Parts: sequence; structure tokens; C-alpha cells
Amino acid sequence: MYDCIVIGGGPAGLAAASAAWEQGLRKILLAERDVELGGILNQCIHNGFGLHYFKEELTGPEYAARFAEKLRETGVEVRMDTMVLDLKGAPGRREVHMVSRDKGYCIEEARSVILAMGCRERTRGAISIPGTRPAGVFTAGAAQRYVNMEGWLPGERIVILGSGDIGLIMARRLTLEGAKVLACVELMPYSGGLTRNIVQCLQDYNIPLYLSHTVTEIRGKDRVEQVVVSQVDGRRNPIPGTEMVFDCDTLLLSVGLIPENELSRQAGAEMDPRTNGPRVAENMESISLSGVFACGNVAHVHDLVDFVTEESLRAGAAAAHYVQSQGWESADGEGPVLPVQPGPGVSYVLPQAVRPAEMDKTCTLSFRVSQVFGPCKIILKAGEAQIASFPRERLAPGEMERIPLPKVLLERAQAQSVSVSVEEVSAQ
Amino acid sequence: MKDLICIVCPKGCHLQVDEEHDYAVSGFGCPRGIAYGKAELTAPTRTITSTVRCRGGLYPRCPVKTSKPVPKASIPAVMEALNGVSLTAPVSLGQVVLADVAGTGADIQTTRSMQQR
Repeated sequence: MYDCIVIGGGPAGLAAASAAWEQGLRKILLAERDVELGGILNQCIHNGFGLHYFKEELTGPEYAARFAEKLRETGVEVRMDTMVLDLKGAPGRREVHMVSRDKGYCIEEARSVILAMGCRERTRGAISIPGTRPAGVFTAGAAQRYVNMEGWLPGERIVILGSGDIGLIMARRLTLEGAKVLACVELMPYSGGLTRNIVQCLQDYNIPLYLSHTVTEIRGKDRVEQVVVSQVDGRRNPIPGTEMVFDCDTLLLSVGLIPENELSRQAGAEMDPRTNGPRVAENMESISLSGVFACGNVAHVHDLVDFVTEESLRAGAAAAHYVQSQGWESADGEGPVLPVQPGPGVSYVLPQAVRPAEMDKTCTLSFRVSQVFGPCKIILKAGEAQIASFPRERLAPGEMERIPLPKVLLERAQAQSVSVSVEEVSAQ
Repeated sequence: MKDLICIVCPKGCHLQVDEEHDYAVSGFGCPRGIAYGKAELTAPTRTITSTVRCRGGLYPRCPVKTSKPVPKASIPAVMEALNGVSLTAPVSLGQVVLADVAGTGADIQTTRSMQQR
């Protein structure tokens, strides 16, 4: 029986497995479905990774290599080319069903499990674009893999729908490789990506960004020939008469990411419809499955890998603590469980619950706002009482925000719940 | 006065740069913003990341970057120079594959190791 099985060898799984090892677990298995470690970082060849964690600017493959190297120095058993199919069992004796060419179908048991499967892209089907169904419609991440790893250019004249970070990064990448990126089209009145990417990926290359616009038709028989772009009104409905037609051979979609949680659902983890990930407590442990932890994009979609690392190190350490203290003996834990809820202006908060008895001095609350805010303050409440507020110059849904929840304030308030909300501050 | 968004880190500070007063920068969150604001209006630079051909490796492209930021105007010349580079696996991380690319003083170095297929 393993102490811990980590599912996924991307940035989350790498950090979680290292942390579990560092905290003293010695029987750890990491299962990865690809042929190498690092996950999506291997195709993210641009730089900007590691500024928080390493205090230097790295590319994705360099960031991945540092953690893969660190893992090699441990005794963590790594199984590549291995797909986990099911998660069953009971607290303290979880069963992980996996399959590989090497070992066939096998069931491994573990005291604890860390879910680190990451996320996948939303596709054309998920957003229902009308029109024909020709070749030439790709998700931005698929195009990124073709260009950066396989050496194929997906097209020559390109329109990008969605202004998520991967779409913006690909606008620049494809331009550098000789393609013409005609436009980046965003449904919302603001970009879904980081501001720096608007500057260095679109403005640097004079690529127009059409906010409050969307693709209303794809034309072409065998290959994309044209896309029609329309302006949308305040309720996101296309406005007749505003159509623009782009002659292009490729449409890239950068329209959001979905945490990859088939396994978590099969295992019976209680899910948060806002994050599309398992509901977790302050130590990243599933609220409903004792000894099952979730970290990285499987729990909620991140903008920065540095924060994935930080969260996953916590999850790995927490899994080690769970095993060492035989957490399955007291599966329901001690003391109260306070729900953490998004208030006005906030679309989700993670963790979804905190147990003051289990907390360190502080717990980081991660959240996203539901709209763009100018000068504003973040309000942290315990029950109805405000326990802290944090001023901000600007908040946008495309940029995850983090605040500390101090244990001492929480205990003093003796409340039954915690909430995070955002209020506009009127100019003085 | 010129309004800029700092691209040094993901925070994206909104900078104001005064061209008429020795490019004085305000709105920065850290000293790197001051340096960026001034450089962006006087001599803008970027670190270039791309890929080069790689024979016999796990993948046919190997990612690379410039060893330091290069002038923005040199980007097309750097990309052109990369077309002429072809590696053979195995390749190690940080290997210099092209010195002083396009006369910028920066080297092109690999950003991953590439094992043989």
C-alpha cells in the first residue's frame, strides 16, 4: 500500500509529490498519462513563469524541468504513459485503478490521493458557433502544441475567438512564425487574459482586439474560408447590421478552461458548480472524501503557475500530515467546518470551507471577481461582521486575486461562515 | 505624458512616463517598473522565445530563447536567423545554439533538454 498516489505529473502533481516526500512520506507513486513530466508547461515555451516562486523569469519548459529534476532526487516512483481510470475505496484505503502498456490494468492502494489532473479547453461544441463544420477550427492550446512541439503551422490567415491568455500568446507566436493574425475577438467588454499579454502579444504586433464582439458564423466547405464577426449588446446578443467578414483559413478558440474532474466525480467528490472542481477545505482536502486532496487547475483554473505550485506544495504537505496522523481514524475531523462563500462582486472563492481547528496562522483565499472593478475594496466577513478589508486599484475577472484569512480574527469573530465580497470605492 | 502598462510581471501596473522630464515614471509597484517605463520609450526590448528544428529527438522542435532581452526592432532578424538552426538530439537545457544572434549581443539557448527518440 502506498502512502500517497498523485494523479498527474504537471506542475501541480510535481510540486505535490515533492512536498509529500519532503514532509516524510516514503511510499509515493505519481501516475502521468503523457510520456514525460511537466504537463502543459512543455508547450508553453514563452517566458514569464516563476517570477513569484523563483524570483526570476523562466519559460514553461524551464519551470517544469526544475521541478522534474527536484522530483528525480527523491524516491518518488513515477509511472509514465499511465492513465488513471477510476478512484474507489474508503478513507485510509483508497483504490486507484490505472492502465498502461507496460503493466496493463492494475489497482494500487493508497492511504491518501492527490488529484492533480489539470484542466482542458472548451471547444467549439461548448459554445455552439453556427455555420459549417470545415477543418481549420482549433483550440488555442492544440495550435500551441502543433507549433511549439510538433512543428506545424495550423494556418496562414487566422482569427482568434476569445482573449484568454493562451489565445493572446498564440496571436504573437503565430505572427512570429509568419502567419497573419487578423483579429482577436472577445465576447465580453473586457479581456479574459492578463493585461501584460494584451500589451506584449497584441499591441506589439498591431493585432486588433474587438471587445463586445463574437463569431456568429463559420463559412467554408472543406476548410475554413471566412468567419463572420458581430458586435454584441449588453446582454451578449449579436447586433444585426454590425457584421464584419474576415477571409481566413483558421479560427482559434481561446474560450475558457474546464477542470478535468471525471475521476473526482466518479469517486463521489462533492463539486463546486462555480469552480467546476471538488469543494476543498483549507488544506486542499476534499470536503466529502477524507484523504483525497485536489490542487492546481483541477481545483480551479489559475492564471499563474507559481500559484499552482504554492497551492500544490500545501496539498502535498497536508497529505503527508494526514497519513502521519492517521487522519482516516477521525474522518470527520474535530471542531466546526465553516463554509466560505462568494459575496456580491465575487464569482467563486477557494477553499470552499475552513476548519479553524486545522488552520495554520493564516489561510490564503483565492477568488475571482465577476466584473471589472476600478478603485475598490475587498471585504472579508465572518458571519455578518467585517473582519478585514483590502484596498485595490483595479480588479478584473481575468486575474485571480488572493487575500489572507487570519485564524486569530476568525476565532475572535466566532462566526458560522466566511464570505468575500468586493465594493466599488467612490472617488474622493 | 505617456500611459503604459508594465509587462515585467503579471501584475500589469499602469505607468505614466513623462518624456519631457527625463522619462520620470510614476504608477509603478516596484523598481523594475521604473526601468521598464524608461526603456520602453527610449530603447524597447523583448526576450524572444521560439523553437528550432531538432533531428532525432522526442519532438521535432526544440524551444529556445534569447539569453537577454533584445531590441524590439531586431525581432524579425532574430526569427530569420533561427530558421537556419538545426540541432540533433540529444540536446541539453541551456545549450547555446547560436552566439550573438543578429548582432544583438544575445545568444540563443535551448530551454529544455531533448532526449533521443
